[in-house]
Amino acid sequence: MSDFAAAFSNAVSLIVELDAGLAEIVLLSLRVSMSAVFIATLIGLPLGAATAMFRFPGRMSIVVVLNAMMGLPPVVVGLVVYLLLSRAGPFGVMGLLFTPAAMIIAQTVLIFPIIAALTRQVVEDLWEEYAEQLRSLGATPARAMPTLLWDARFSLLTTILAGFGRASAEVGAVMIVGGNIDHVTRVMTTAIALEVSKGDLALALGLGMILISLSLGVTGAAFVMREAARG
Amino acid sequence: MVKKSIVQALLLGLVAAMPLTSNSVAADKFVTVASTTSTANSGLFDAILPVFEKKTGIQVRVVAVGTGQAIRQAKNGDADVLFVHHKKSEKAFVAGGFGVKRFDVMYNDFMVAGPKADPAKVGGLSDVVAAMKKIAAQQSPFVSRGDDSGTHKKELGLWKETGIDVISQSGTWYRESGSGMGSTLNTAAAMNAYVLADRGTWLSFKNRGDLVVQVQGDKRLFNQYGIILVDPKRHPHVKAEMGQMFIDWILSPEGQRRIGEFTIDGKGLFVPNANG
Repeated sequence: MSDFAAAFSNAVSLIVELDAGLAEIVLLSLRVSMSAVFIATLIGLPLGAATAMFRFPGRMSIVVVLNAMMGLPPVVVGLVVYLLLSRAGPFGVMGLLFTPAAMIIAQTVLIFPIIAALTRQVVEDLWEEYAEQLRSLGATPARAMPTLLWDARFSLLTTILAGFGRASAEVGAVMIVGGNIDHVTRVMTTAIALEVSKGDLALALGLGMILISLSLGVTGAAFVMREAARG
Repeated sequence: MVKKSIVQALLLGLVAAMPLTSNSVAADKFVTVASTTSTANSGLFDAILPVFEKKTGIQVRVVAVGTGQAIRQAKNGDADVLFVHHKKSEKAFVAGGFGVKRFDVMYNDFMVAGPKADPAKVGGLSDVVAAMKKIAAQQSPFVSRGDDSGTHKKELGLWKETGIDVISQSGTWYRESGSGMGSTLNTAAAMNAYVLADRGTWLSFKNRGDLVVQVQGDKRLFNQYGIILVDPKRHPHVKAEMGQMFIDWILSPEGQRRIGEFTIDGKGLFVPNANG
C-alpha cells in the first residue's frame, strides 16, 4: 500500500512543481500520438468507408484483414519499422530512426487498422439503413460517403479515441524505433518502462497515474466537444 | 459543414505536427551513441554529458540497450559511436571492419547478489566460480539476463568455467528473464534469487528487496568498458568528426575526471582507465 501512496505523492509533486522534464515528455507523447491519430484518421476513415460502401472483388478479405490487424502486436510493428528505417534498411537514407517521426510512423501503422475497421462497421450499418433512400435521391456511393461520415461523426469520434488510446498506451513500438533517448524520443510509456528498470517503482507508478489522467483529459475534452456540437 | 470540419481537423493536425519539424532543425548537431543499460540507467550519462554538450554544442543521443543489441545497431550503421562492455565482441566488431579503433574507457566490477538468508551459503566467497557451483548444487533460484548483453555473456563465460550446463536447466532453478539489468534485478528481488549484476546498476537500483551483495572481489568479475567509432568507410553517413570529438573528450583528462567523480551515495561507480 505504501507503494501506492508514494506513487500518488510522486505524481502530485511532479505536477505541482511543473517538472520541466515531465512537461517535455508529456508534450512529446501528445505530439507523437496525436500526429499518428491524425494521419491514421486521414487513411482510415476513407478506407473504412470505401470498404463499407463499394462492392468489389476481395472486399471481404480486406474486411477480415483490417479486423485482424486491430490486434497487431506493437513490438512486431516496432521491429518491422525499425528494419525498414535502419541505415541497413530500404528507407535508411532518410535518417528517420530514433526520431519522433519514426515513432509517429510506427503508431500510425498500429492504429490505422483500428480506425479503418471500426469506421467500416459504423458506415456499413448506416449504409444498409439509408442506401435505398440516398440512391432514390440520385446519390452514388461516392457522393453519399461524406454525408454518411458526417452522420456518423459521433460514433467516429469514439473510433478515433480508440485509436488515440492505443497509440498513447503502447510502449513496444516506440521503444524500438525511438530508442527512448532523453530530450529527443522519451515519451510517457518509455519513461515508465525506464523507471521500472531502475527499480524506482513509485516514480514509475506516479508517471502511470499522470498518463492515465492525460487519457482522461483527452477523452473528456472530446466528450465536451461532442456535447457542445449536439447543442 | 463537412468541409468546415475537415478544414478544422487539418489545421489541428498541422498544429500537432508543427513543433516536430522545428525540433529536428534545431537539433542538427548531434551524435548517436549505442550504449548499454548499465551506463545509462546508473545516471552516468546524465552526470557527464551536459559538460560535453555545453562545451561543444553537440548533443549526445544515447540509445541504451544490451551490448549485443547495441553492437547490432552499430553494425547496421544506426549509431555513430559504440560504448559497451564486452571486450571480445568489441574486438570482433573492429576486426570485422565495422569500427575504427577500440579504446578502454573505464571499469568497475560485477558481483553476485542474492537473498539475505543465503540458502546456497555463498556469502563472503571470493571465488565466483566456486560460488556458482554451490548455487547450482543447491539448485537455488538464479535469474539470468538471457538477452545476449555484456553481463549475460560474462555470466555464461563463468558458467562455462564451472562446467555446468545451465541452459539445460533453464526453466527450473535457472531462469532467463530475457530483459535488461534493472528488470532482471526486479525479477530476482521478487523471486529471492541469486543474480549476476554490474556494480553501476546495482548501486543505483532502488528495489532490492531482500537482496544483498554475496560474492565480489574475484578478478574474473572485472568489467571493462570500451568505446569505438563506427567506421565511416563502412557507413559513409556516420558523423565521424563529431563522434571522434566525443570519444576524444571521454578519453581526455577532463572526461576521465568526470567519470571518476560520478558517485551515488558517496560511492564511485566507475574507475576511469583510458590511459592503461
